[in-house]
Amino acid sequence: MIGRVWKFGDGIDTDLLAPGAYMKGSVEELAKHCLESVEPKFAASVKPGDVVVAGRNFGIGSSREQAAQALKMLGVAAVVAESFGGIFYRNAFNLGLPALVCAQAGTIEAGQQIDIDPAAGRIVVRNDGRVLTCDAVPEHLMQIVALGGLVPYLEQRFRRAG
Amino acid sequence: MTGAAAIRPQTLAQKIVARAAGRDSVSPGEIVICRVDLAMIHDSGGPRRVKPILERLGVPVWDPERVVVVSDHYVPAVDADSAAILKLTRDWVKDQAIRKFYDQQGICHVVLPERGNLTPGLFVVGGDSHSPTGGAFGCFMFGVGATDMAGVLATGETWLKMPETILIRWGGRLSDGVSAKDMMLHACTRLGMDGGDYQVVQYDGDGVRALSMTERMTLSNMAAELGAMTGLIAPDTVTAEYIAAAGGEAADIDRWQADPDADYRAVHEFDAASLAPQVAAPHSPANAGDVTSVADGKAIDQCYIGACTGAKLEDLHMAARVLKGRQIAANTRLMIAPASTRITAAAAADGTLAILTEAGAILLPSGCGACAGYGAGVLAEGERCMASTARNFQGRMGARSATVFLGSPYTVAATAVAGQIADPRPFLAEGKA
Ligand code: SF4
Repeated sequence: MIGRVWKFGDGIDTDLLAPGAYMKGSVEELAKHCLESVEPKFAASVKPGDVVVAGRNFGIGSSREQAAQALKMLGVAAVVAESFGGIFYRNAFNLGLPALVCAQAGTIEAGQQIDIDPAAGRIVVRNDGRVLTCDAVPEHLMQIVALGGLVPYLEQRFRRAG
Repeated sequence: MTGAAAIRPQTLAQKIVARAAGRDSVSPGEIVICRVDLAMIHDSGGPRRVKPILERLGVPVWDPERVVVVSDHYVPAVDADSAAILKLTRDWVKDQAIRKFYDQQGICHVVLPERGNLTPGLFVVGGDSHSPTGGAFGCFMFGVGATDMAGVLATGETWLKMPETILIRWGGRLSDGVSAKDMMLHACTRLGMDGGDYQVVQYDGDGVRALSMTERMTLSNMAAELGAMTGLIAPDTVTAEYIAAAGGEAADIDRWQADPDADYRAVHEFDAASLAPQVAAPHSPANAGDVTSVADGKAIDQCYIGACTGAKLEDLHMAARVLKGRQIAANTRLMIAPASTRITAAAAADGTLAILTEAGAILLPSGCGACAGYGAGVLAEGERCMASTARNFQGRMGARSATVFLGSPYTVAATAVAGQIADPRPFLAEGKA
């Protein structure tokens, strides 16, 4: 997948992704405020297929799934970061959003076009041709992502079994 | 390459995960699928969230004997909405033929081991962020979100990326008036709330070995505040005795130990002997210092002894040692919510409750209560509270402008007597004379 980069720093927490003040409402409404305290135009300008690239500890904080759900709802195709908050990492895949651990995420710049191959653990920066390695996403997680998350994945599994 | 020769020395976490994954060994960073020995959910994140997903999948829970349900967040019901959540929980448990259902018996992380459900080596998933508490029993227990839990309940399995282990070693022994809560507030402040980096934290050293199970549970519980996946303590005779008394399955202590040469990402050394009572100032558990440096002489409106991490029997005993023969200050109120109904009964039988109530404490029902701002005992705008809970995030215990300080039950009790943040040690010294 090829996507345009939105770049963020370290420690993007679940309150920035899914602000507590909007947690009572729908995820659609919540998504409009995703990351607004660090990048006010993000939610309005992000396009389907865009990619979020960040530093360390992306998604730290609470276990609220809405943090990953909001990005997914805005059309974000993947998140690439130096490291992730553990519960966010799980929630992202379970909700159909690939999360890639890439030590060199910091060298990717905002607005660049990157070509991500999660299964191979490879990112090609189209602007300068650099090839970055990341942790390969295993087959079963890729299947979950391909089907849109854990629930549709299990639905298919039970349908086959039944 | 396979065979015994290829297996590197394993940490305790690696051994448990390898067993659950049906393998000889597992390396950090590998993603594996594990069979779940036990799944725990509560009234808030449980049935009301997972029921629609299981219905969509058209399946019941995979094994009703391996599911524990605890109603603790909305208990007792305070309005029609919370009553409906509790009713939905009861109806669903019945419908799914789940027998391990603890309805208003106390807080999940305390009730689970108290009723003999945990034994070393188990792979346990909990629908709550303080699920690392189970690590005190040598279980690999961690918290997940609702969709994740629905997947566990539907299939009996889950995936994980094998974490590394960070060792936190406490040398020396705590002095009188200092407790496990103080150890964790200090560790959070030194290492930061992401110091655990979603790896396994394992506690060891003389300072940990000297602790009772209930104090060890406080260490493991607050591994969540370090951002760790779980907080393990290798089982020993203390563990085995607790489990035997709780009627659990016999603990295999020898099997569930790390290999001597296992690899650790980092080893952090702390000294229990020199640790003073700690108080975390608003709004983070990682914002702690010695009680004497945080005490500001300003009035505290409410003192709260409650929560999974701060209202076990031993916690009540700590408070009683300070409160015996004393009265709480006129400017404050002291609320005590024992962590389970069994703890309330034990504290009634041994005279602890009488000491607490004679000092002016108000007893609240066993449950999450004011800890997460769901139940009785929440704060008004601008109020200042000293609590034995695990988190003091802004707005958590009620009004947004309320401020919460965290400390041990000793420190909360001393603060109640003084009406302002106070060091418990002088009270204990006087009490002894
Ligand atoms: S007592 Fe507080 S920390 Fe413990 S489970 Fe309940 S809400 Fe969570």
